[in-house]
Amino acid sequence: MTAKATPLAELATIVRSKNAGPFRLTFDIMLPDVKTFERVRRSAVLTRENVAKLLGIAPANVTSIFELEAARAFKVTIKRPRGQCDIGESDVYGAQQHVPFMGLLIPANS
Amino acid sequence: MSTITVLAPTGSLGYGFDIEALKRGMTLKPDVIAVDSGSTDPGPHYLGSGEFLVSRFSYKRELSELIKASRAAGIPLVVGSAGGSGSRPHVDKMVDIVREIAREQRLNRTKVAWIYADIDRDHIKRAIKENQIQDFEAGYALTDELVDQSTHIVAQMGHEPIVKALEAGADIVIAGRACDDGAIAAYPIMRGADPGLSIHMGKILECGAFSAVPFAMDVMLGIMNETHFDLEPGSINRRASLTSVAAHTLYERENPIYQPGPGYAVDLSACTFEQINDRQVRVAGSRFIPQGEYWVKLEGARRIGHRSISIAGIRCPTMIRRIDGILENAREEAMRYFAPQPITVTYHVYGRDGVMRELEPQHTVSAQELGLVIDVVAADHDLAHAACHHISGGLLHVAYPGQINTAGNLAFPYSPSELDAGPAYAFSAYHLMRAQSPTELFKTHFEEL
Repeated sequence: MTAKATPLAELATIVRSKNAGPFRLTFDIMLPDVKTFERVRRSAVLTRENVAKLLGIAPANVTSIFELEAARAFKVTIKRPRGQCDIGESDVYGAQQHVPFMGLLIPANS
Repeated sequence: MSTITVLAPTGSLGYGFDIEALKRGMTLKPDVIAVDSGSTDPGPHYLGSGEFLVSRFSYKRELSELIKASRAAGIPLVVGSAGGSGSRPHVDKMVDIVREIAREQRLNRTKVAWIYADIDRDHIKRAIKENQIQDFEAGYALTDELVDQSTHIVAQMGHEPIVKALEAGADIVIAGRACDDGAIAAYPIMRGADPGLSIHMGKILECGAFSAVPFAMDVMLGIMNETHFDLEPGSINRRASLTSVAAHTLYERENPIYQPGPGYAVDLSACTFEQINDRQVRVAGSRFIPQGEYWVKLEGARRIGHRSISIAGIRCPTMIRRIDGILENAREEAMRYFAPQPITVTYHVYGRDGVMRELEPQHTVSAQELGLVIDVVAADHDLAHAACHHISGGLLHVAYPGQINTAGNLAFPYSPSELDAGPAYAFSAYHLMRAQSPTELFKTHFEEL
């Protein structure tokens, strides 16, 4: 293990986004093993404030963050910037909104 | 309790499945074939317009196979959220397909049930007045005006109306809008299986083999026991794995642990997942928690106008450098030109932030060309088309500082450069409404084929 921080995309097996109903957008991050899951958890990068900053939204629009040890996964949900298919829709299924999470830097194990 | 095997042929009727996987699945002697056929996921258009989500051709082709398989095995077939939105036109058209197939396959003594999920407008207005409506996630209150503007409003039925139809001897159930999991869970619940396990199994099976690896729109089976259920893909070329099932548990929902439905919640916090052999995963510990009150989720859609779009490419760096100002000027000019008639102009600028818009963290253009979609919504087709053409034509010939090519600014792939996208719809209800009973809102009809 190097001392460098690693982008989440290089650690995770799945980084994805998807609608959760017409008014929510949910992001799933799945790690390959308990060790990597714990590394991400310890980094405390996935907080309401950090997610809000990452996506340029108000912290109140982050509706939930789950840490799921059994699934070695994190789940972040936000209010959709607009209701699905309201004027200005750009991603009907919300399937291509995950990319900012790929670049999140996770510090090396301490 | 003997085991109850549910076969889900695909994640959404019409999206296909492998016929060999269905054949293999049928050798496992399922007790029911159950398939989800709708969702809000494709947007409000299908609920608003009453148009089928998938083509009639695909529905008929797949229903023919499923009816043939279920009749040969003498087991019921359940279709939930018929046709995309599960509204009345979708249910009626789906039942029509079933009648056609019944004639072609010379079926007799086959009882079909169909269940409407449309909710009467006056009923909803009364509920608004009596404070029996709560916002779910829409962020706005449901009003009489929104109810009147909606072309269709449906409620998600739980498993109960489907159980009732099956108890009445239905061989084929075409349900209107239903909880995706409820349509799949109805049969095992009718047979006395644990409702928490049944609904959890329904939640996984409603996506077909999306919980398998490699994932696909394909056949998936769930085998219900007293204390657990086992998942197994129909195709021998797929397997259920701990990772694939866990990944699916997270899919397209906010809370993966506590999942409320009409009249209940399912608590998955004590769930265990176990790889019992190479192709099967065992799930246990899903808990059903009945709620004191019964609330159903309403879904409504209303027409917000007509849409015309124009697609164009931009390659000249002098234009790309000034794109924001040029587009804004064209929008303002068009709004003045068509005033007082309102138009809504949206630009999708691919190569910049066409995909993520306000969520896009990278604000500089890094592409050598931009893809532009001009998207106009107006009260009627003629106005939308006129305004879209006005803007695309204006942008084609607009002059701007630094311009070096005066022959035209946009590369259109098509002539005509405007495409009429038809009526545009938005969701108008995503609210909870209190019901007196699980079945009172959902009218069921029977017919002997």
